[in-house]
Amino acid sequence: MTYLGAVTTLARKDLRLELRARDTLPAMLLFVLSTLVVFHFALPTGADEVAAQGLLWVALVFTALLGLARAWAPEREGGALDGLVLAPNDRSAIWLGKSVAVFVFLAAIELVALPAFALFFSPLSAAAVAGVLLANVGICAVGTLLAAMATASRTRELILPLLFLPLAIPLVVGGVGASVSTEPGRYLTFLGLYDAVFAILCWASFEYVVSE
Amino acid sequence: MLAALAATLVGIAIVLTFFVAPEDADQGISQKIFYFHVPIALTAYACFGWGAWKALRLLWTRGERYDLESYVAIHQGTIFGALTLATGSIWAKASWGKWWVWDSNQLVLFLVLFLFYSAYFMLRFSIEEGPRRANVSAVYALFGVALIPISFLAIRLAEDFIHPTTFTRDGPQMTGTMFFAFCVAWLAMSVLAYALYRVELLGKRLDANLRDLREALTA
Amino acid sequence: MIRARAVEKRYGRRRALRPLDLDLDRGGFLVVTGANGSGKTTLLRLVVGLAAPTRGTLEVDAGRGELGYLGHEPLLYRDLTALENLDLYGRLYRVAERRERTGMLLERFGLWDVRGERVGSFSRGMTQRLALCRTLLHDPALLVLDEPFTALDDEGATLLDRLLAELAGSATVLLSTHDPDRVGPLASNRIVLA
Repeated sequence: MTYLGAVTTLARKDLRLELRARDTLPAMLLFVLSTLVVFHFALPTGADEVAAQGLLWVALVFTALLGLARAWAPEREGGALDGLVLAPNDRSAIWLGKSVAVFVFLAAIELVALPAFALFFSPLSAAAVAGVLLANVGICAVGTLLAAMATASRTRELILPLLFLPLAIPLVVGGVGASVSTEPGRYLTFLGLYDAVFAILCWASFEYVVSE
Repeated sequence: MLAALAATLVGIAIVLTFFVAPEDADQGISQKIFYFHVPIALTAYACFGWGAWKALRLLWTRGERYDLESYVAIHQGTIFGALTLATGSIWAKASWGKWWVWDSNQLVLFLVLFLFYSAYFMLRFSIEEGPRRANVSAVYALFGVALIPISFLAIRLAEDFIHPTTFTRDGPQMTGTMFFAFCVAWLAMSVLAYALYRVELLGKRLDANLRDLREALTA
Repeated sequence: MIRARAVEKRYGRRRALRPLDLDLDRGGFLVVTGANGSGKTTLLRLVVGLAAPTRGTLEVDAGRGELGYLGHEPLLYRDLTALENLDLYGRLYRVAERRERTGMLLERFGLWDVRGERVGSFSRGMTQRLALCRTLLHDPALLVLDEPFTALDDEGATLLDRLLAELAGSATVLLSTHDPDRVGPLASNRIVLA
C-alpha cells in the first residue's frame, strides 16, 4: 500500500468513527455558534465590523481546540496507537491521516460557522474565506501533532491549549489580516509560509513523538 | 573561573554603560537600559537556539545527555526571556510612561515566546521521565525555533491593523563609544548565560549521579 | 532471528529491564517467565520495536510487516466492528486476499457471527480473540505474545493451544506467560527474568 493509500485508509477510519459516534462534530458546531452569540454581547455598541472579524478567528481557534482534544481518543481507548505504529508504514502517515480527518471536520464546521458569522455580524470577503482555509491547514497539522504530544502527558486536556495557543498566534494574524487588510495577498502568502514550514516540521517529527 | 569572568564582564559593562558611553540626545538616561535589554534579548535567542540544536542532536543520535543539555539551555533562555520582558517594561515606562506597550515588535515577540517556552516546562513536568519525555521536549524545542522567525514576521504584518507604530527603530543610533559599550554588554550577557548554563548543568548532573550512587548502594 | 546482548531498558531512573542476553533462531519457541515487574512486557515491546533499548544491542531479523504482536491491550478500535478492525489492519499490512483471510480467521476463532458488532460490546475474552486474529492476519514470521492466555476465555484458550501447536516449528514464537506448564512441551528454550 502506498503512502497515500495508508493516509487515505487512516483518514477514512477517522471519518467513519465520527459518523458513527457523532459526538465531536455536533459539540463543535454548538460551541462555535454559542461563541458567536457570546461575542455579540461582548462587543460594545459602536465597535466596528473590523473588531468582529477578529473575533471570528478567536471562535475558530477555540472550536478547533475542542475538536483536537478528542482527536486521538479512539487510539487511546483500545491502545490502537501502538497498532498503527507497529504497522509497516511510515509513521508520519499516521499523523497525516489524522490531520486530514481533522481538516475535514473543521471545514464541515466552518461550512456552518462562516455563514452564521456573515449573518450575525458582517459578510466575509473571498480573501477571508481563503484565509480560513489556509489557516485550517496550519491548525490541523500543528494541532494534531500537539494533541499527540498531549496524549503522553498526565494533564492531557489541560496542556493542549497551552501548547497550541502560542503557535496559533501567527495564524490569527494571517487570518485577520486577510479579512481586514486592503492587501490580503501578503497575509495569505504568510499563511502559506506558516503551513509549509510547520507541516514539514510535523511530518518529520511525528515519528519521535510516538516512540520510546 | 567562568563565573569570575562573567562577573568581571558584567561589572565592566555596567561601568561602561553608566559612566563612559555618552547620553543619547533624545532619550537621556532611560536609553541606558538598552545596553542591557538588547544583549539580554540576543542572549535569550542564542539560548533557545542552543537548546534546539541539542534537541536535534538528541533526536538524531539518541544520546541521553542531550536531553538535559537542551532542557538547561531552554531554562536559561526562558530566564533571560523573562529578563528581556522586565527590562523592556522598565524601558517602556521610562520612555512612554506605561509599563507595557505593544509598539516594540521585539517585546511582543518575547511575550509570545515566553508563553511558548513556559508551556515547554508544563509539558515536560507532566510527562514521566524517560525517552518519551526527552523526545517530546526535543520536538517542542524545535518548534520553538521555527516559531521565532514566523512570529516575528506575523508581528510585523500585524502592525498594519493593530497599532500604528509611534517610532520606526527599536534602538538609538550609536556612536563609536556607545557601540563599544554595547558589544561589551553583549559579551558579558553571553558569558553570564554560558556560566549559568554550565553551573545548572553541572548541578543537575551531580544530582543524577548522587541518586544513582544512592540506588546502587541500597540495591 | 533475535539476538540480544546486554539489552537494558530504563525509564529515567526506573529500571524496567535488567541487562539481558537472548538468542532465538528461526522456528524456535521461546517462553519467557518471571515475576510481575521483572520486565517481560518491556522485553517484548523492545523486540517488536515499540521501545528502543537504553543500552546493549538488539537485532531482530524481521521487518515490521513480519512481526505479529499481542500485548496487554487489544490494539483495536472500540467503535469499529470486528470486520472493520481487521479490514483496517489488513489494508495497512497489505494482506493478500484480505477478505478471505479475515473471514477465515474470524471463523476459526469463533467470531464470525459477531463480525458486524462493535468491539466495544465484546466481552474480554472475545476482544482478546479478535486481537489474536489481528496479530495473525498478515501471517507473521515472528509472533510475539505477551501473556496471551490471561485475557482469554476457555474456548479461546483451547483455540490458542491448537494454534501454537500448529505453528511450532514453522513460525518463530516468543511468548511470555505466568503459566509455563501450559506451553512447556512446545518450548525450544526458556528464559526466566529476575
